[in-house]
Amino acid sequence: MAKVLMTGNAAIGEAAIRAGCQSYFGYPITPQNELTEYMAAHLSRRPGCSFVQAESEIAAINMVYGASVAGVRAMTSSSSPGISLKQEGISYLAACQLPAVIVNMSRGGPGLGSISASQSDYFQSTRGGGHGDYRTIVLGPASVQELADLTHHAFELTDKYFIPVIILGDGMLGQMMEPLEFKHEAPDVPPVRQDALRGAKGRPSKFVRTFTSHPPDLEEVNWSLFRRYQLLQKQEVMWENYMTEDARLIVTAFGIAARIAKGAIKQARAMGLKIGMFRPITLWPFPSEQLKELAKTTKYFLDFEMNMGQMIEDVRLSLEGQGDISFHGRPGGVIPTPSEVLRIITRIYHQKGLN
Amino acid sequence: MEKIFSHPTSLKKAVFHYCPGCGHSIIHRITCEVIDELGIQDRAIGVPPPGCSVFAYYYFDVDMVESAHGRGAAVATGIKRANPDSIVFTYQGDGDLAAIGTTETLHAANRGENITAIFINNAVYGMTGGQMAPTTMLNMKTTTSPFGRDARLEGHPIKMSEILAQVQGTCYVERVAVNSPANIRKAKKALKKAFQSQIDGKGYSLVEILSPCPTNWKMNPVQSWQWVDDVMSKEFPLGLIKDTTDKKDAD
Repeated sequence: MAKVLMTGNAAIGEAAIRAGCQSYFGYPITPQNELTEYMAAHLSRRPGCSFVQAESEIAAINMVYGASVAGVRAMTSSSSPGISLKQEGISYLAACQLPAVIVNMSRGGPGLGSISASQSDYFQSTRGGGHGDYRTIVLGPASVQELADLTHHAFELTDKYFIPVIILGDGMLGQMMEPLEFKHEAPDVPPVRQDALRGAKGRPSKFVRTFTSHPPDLEEVNWSLFRRYQLLQKQEVMWENYMTEDARLIVTAFGIAARIAKGAIKQARAMGLKIGMFRPITLWPFPSEQLKELAKTTKYFLDFEMNMGQMIEDVRLSLEGQGDISFHGRPGGVIPTPSEVLRIITRIYHQKGLN
Repeated sequence: MEKIFSHPTSLKKAVFHYCPGCGHSIIHRITCEVIDELGIQDRAIGVPPPGCSVFAYYYFDVDMVESAHGRGAAVATGIKRANPDSIVFTYQGDGDLAAIGTTETLHAANRGENITAIFINNAVYGMTGGQMAPTTMLNMKTTTSPFGRDARLEGHPIKMSEILAQVQGTCYVERVAVNSPANIRKAKKALKKAFQSQIDGKGYSLVEILSPCPTNWKMNPVQSWQWVDDVMSKEFPLGLIKDTTDKKDAD
């Protein structure tokens, strides 16, 4: 299929339609409006599909909940403050084990924050986010092509595991244009899940609920979720090793920060510095084993994030006390340049005596 | 011999957990009778709320999905949009519909979502132990208005049905009560009309039901039935509030 030039936000919308997404519910917030607008233009009039500009992010996530109960592929999107509002609904989706795809084109925080790209929602995304003992699958794309690919993958994963999937992008990925290729055609008849509530026709009535007055029943739900989380950690981790074979210093970074770091690493390599990068693509489940493997050949790590250090906790947990981990972060929606990261890399490289 | 009375098919044969004199069990039963009479048991999707009726799915023999507190209208919107053939109804209390879920309710109504809301108004938060609701009567004592609801501090009882009747997306709004055999018959008729309006694709319909809560009102069932007549229906007058179901579509 030929390459097309699109913004990241529009690419997610097109990829979702091609993945058979039938229902989209959104609410305006910068920097993800192009996605809601794309769905208004391209999904709302498709036969059998529905688009609602909801009255709030809370309403939008609950519409996703309803559409998912009815068995169709459903999605919502927002940016950081709006994602906070959706957390109640995400907790219910997790509890009811309903598939859903939630896109967060995150921006600076806390509070209303800034509308510039940031990675300050890593904790919220990877630790459940709402109330209760649950996780969501979290995907961290680093290019427009990957936004499209991971959107398709998100619908497959959520239908396979009955766990909501969060695509954690940022304002920069959402609004920049890049050439990309869509690898799937939209299905003629989008899938409807067999377990859906569409009326008790030819079968006994069913119900979907989260509340129980009998704690051991809820404990069993928690165990069932936990077993699936273990399975995810075994089967679904995704990561990228970039020039790690001979690296003496490995940068750990995800999403757009990894993209910036890659530019710095290319320049560092040209200078003869042996730098590599480990990029988690599934932020949860985190590719801990794969990172730990690198500690066998490399001692020095530099965690680089566009926040004050959130993924670094997973890096430390994965390395289990091994390795010498430095950190560089820029919070608030400030976008660092590759030359800034190169400066940090070079300094650490020399300070640690790696040349 | 003609059979004129039997257990509704869409009502499970379970013993209600509700308190003696509570209106929920009556409302469940007449709703199920309506579902049977309209032949929609295999298309109906119910959306019960957190609250005393959180276990509604133990009684209704139709597909049901529990919603978060106040979000019923949004959940119902998602279900109906994803599968327009289904007949979707929310079952919401006064805290749910008139406090935490006001936004979802008003906007679903304004969009003319083709769904039906069964709005149970018993003037208190029941399951949490009788706290003040937005529909609590003036001077009424509850656990969070121990000196009686004071309009200067807590406002007046909110009339959601009258508010919802103002938006163009609603096709039918009626207030009924379940405190006498005659009123129960009227309530059933209203529910049937509401569901029929959805079957006919007319838009958002709502039946507000004044429902006794003897436990939290600290009355016996007979007193609570009387109180609906003497006090509650003075503030919340019974009767039809809006009906545009006979009007032809504008276009």
